[in-house]
Amino acid sequence: MNKLAVENIHKSYGTTEVLKGVSLAARVGEVISILGSSGSGKSTFLRCINLLEQPNQGAIWLDDQEIKLRLGKQGMLRAENQRALQQLRTKVSMVFQSFNLWSHLTVLQNIIEAPVHVKKVSKPEAITKARANLAKVGLSSDVEKKYPAQLSGGQQQRVAIARALTMDPEVMLFDEPTSALDPELVGEVLKVIQALATEGRTMIIVTHEINFARHVSNRVVFLSEGKIEEEGPPDQVLERPKSERLVQFLSGTRWHRET
Amino acid sequence: MIDLIKQYWQSYLWGSPTHVSGLAMTLWLTVSCCTMGFALALPLSVARAAGPSWIRWPIWLFTFVFRGTPLYIQLLIVYSAIYGLEFVRNTPGFGAFFKDALNCTILAFTVNTCAYTTELLTGAVKATPRGEVEAARSLGLSGISLYLRIVLPSALRRALPAYSNEVILMLHATSLAFTATVPDILKVARDANAEYYLPFPAFGIAALLYACLSVTFISLFRKAEQKWLKHLSTT
Repeated sequence: MNKLAVENIHKSYGTTEVLKGVSLAARVGEVISILGSSGSGKSTFLRCINLLEQPNQGAIWLDDQEIKLRLGKQGMLRAENQRALQQLRTKVSMVFQSFNLWSHLTVLQNIIEAPVHVKKVSKPEAITKARANLAKVGLSSDVEKKYPAQLSGGQQQRVAIARALTMDPEVMLFDEPTSALDPELVGEVLKVIQALATEGRTMIIVTHEINFARHVSNRVVFLSEGKIEEEGPPDQVLERPKSERLVQFLSGTRWHRET
Repeated sequence: MIDLIKQYWQSYLWGSPTHVSGLAMTLWLTVSCCTMGFALALPLSVARAAGPSWIRWPIWLFTFVFRGTPLYIQLLIVYSAIYGLEFVRNTPGFGAFFKDALNCTILAFTVNTCAYTTELLTGAVKATPRGEVEAARSLGLSGISLYLRIVLPSALRRALPAYSNEVILMLHATSLAFTATVPDILKVARDANAEYYLPFPAFGIAALLYACLSVTFISLFRKAEQKWLKHLSTT
């Protein structure tokens, strides 16, 4: 069964077509990595899945149920109503490149905000969950009263992951989760994501960390100029790339096979 | 000078049940106008920052007019000109309202500080980090709850230092109230000076009272900043 399916996503900014019909289906527990050079449309595609970007064309299914969309202003698709949109977003949570924690709230407040005020989970229950998830991302309980500005980038991203986790999402989207981190902090975040992957969560990860993608995912998708150029199991796609573009992309990226 | 103080200290500081002191009047003007102006500015600023264009430009026009003209002229128009209109005098509610100097003064001051506060809060709302709004949306917050839970708490904190400035400026601006016969600190000072011809003590005492009020407001705002702007410190 497909947990999440998106079909034929088109997205244009003005006259520039960024996505030219991208389809993707993730089975329950599948981890899919999306690779591609800058400007290939991979982040835009990810943001179309939870409608942070409004596609011009396409369809989204969650648990084989289609999210009802309607054509809005300027030919862009939007959720038919607020409820449909909220349902989609409470089930599909996202981790951003630049963490996007709410700077005026403490770590704990950041994590329980949406569970309490969107999902209407009781506050004590949300706090219990938040603490469990903080532990899961490897943060001790003394960070919970701190503000984002008092944490390192790696810690902030791990809090953001805990925030997404506490929504009990059915699908997690990661938008270049380590691109804004200092090199020495990348490892701690990747380790957390890898642990989540082994838990059987459905995840879609946009990343530049090719080695990581190879280890963590069931499937790798290579996006180029708004289209899926190649996809398949990581070993096949990354070891024996077929398309010229992917060969070029891989040779231009610093990645060394671990021995 | 002793006579002046002896006769007027009550008028400056506190009054009897039948007479409001200058200090109390000035304080009342500042607090009531700032409170009402702020309450009005809050929805106006959100509408101006995020509303549709048919609602944005009238608000822009409002802030442009009231920030573009002197408060003194606004007070004169509200106090003298409006009551001069026949239909205002003849409409019972309006007539009674605009006949009263204090009503007119509070109205003019409220609208004026509302215009400045709207502009100030609009800037703060617009300066909400895009990523923080996106994160809120991605977690299912939208519409009013997005504003009440995330955007406004963040924007109001950002606006706090600038708003404390607005309150201090408003405090000093209330000294125009005497021109509409409202007995604030300056009105008492002018009466005292008129009787004793001692401008230094008469106005000096008034200045001292304004300074004391300023210091009080500043320290209150400092307390508020310590409470609400904790998240800015990196330790």
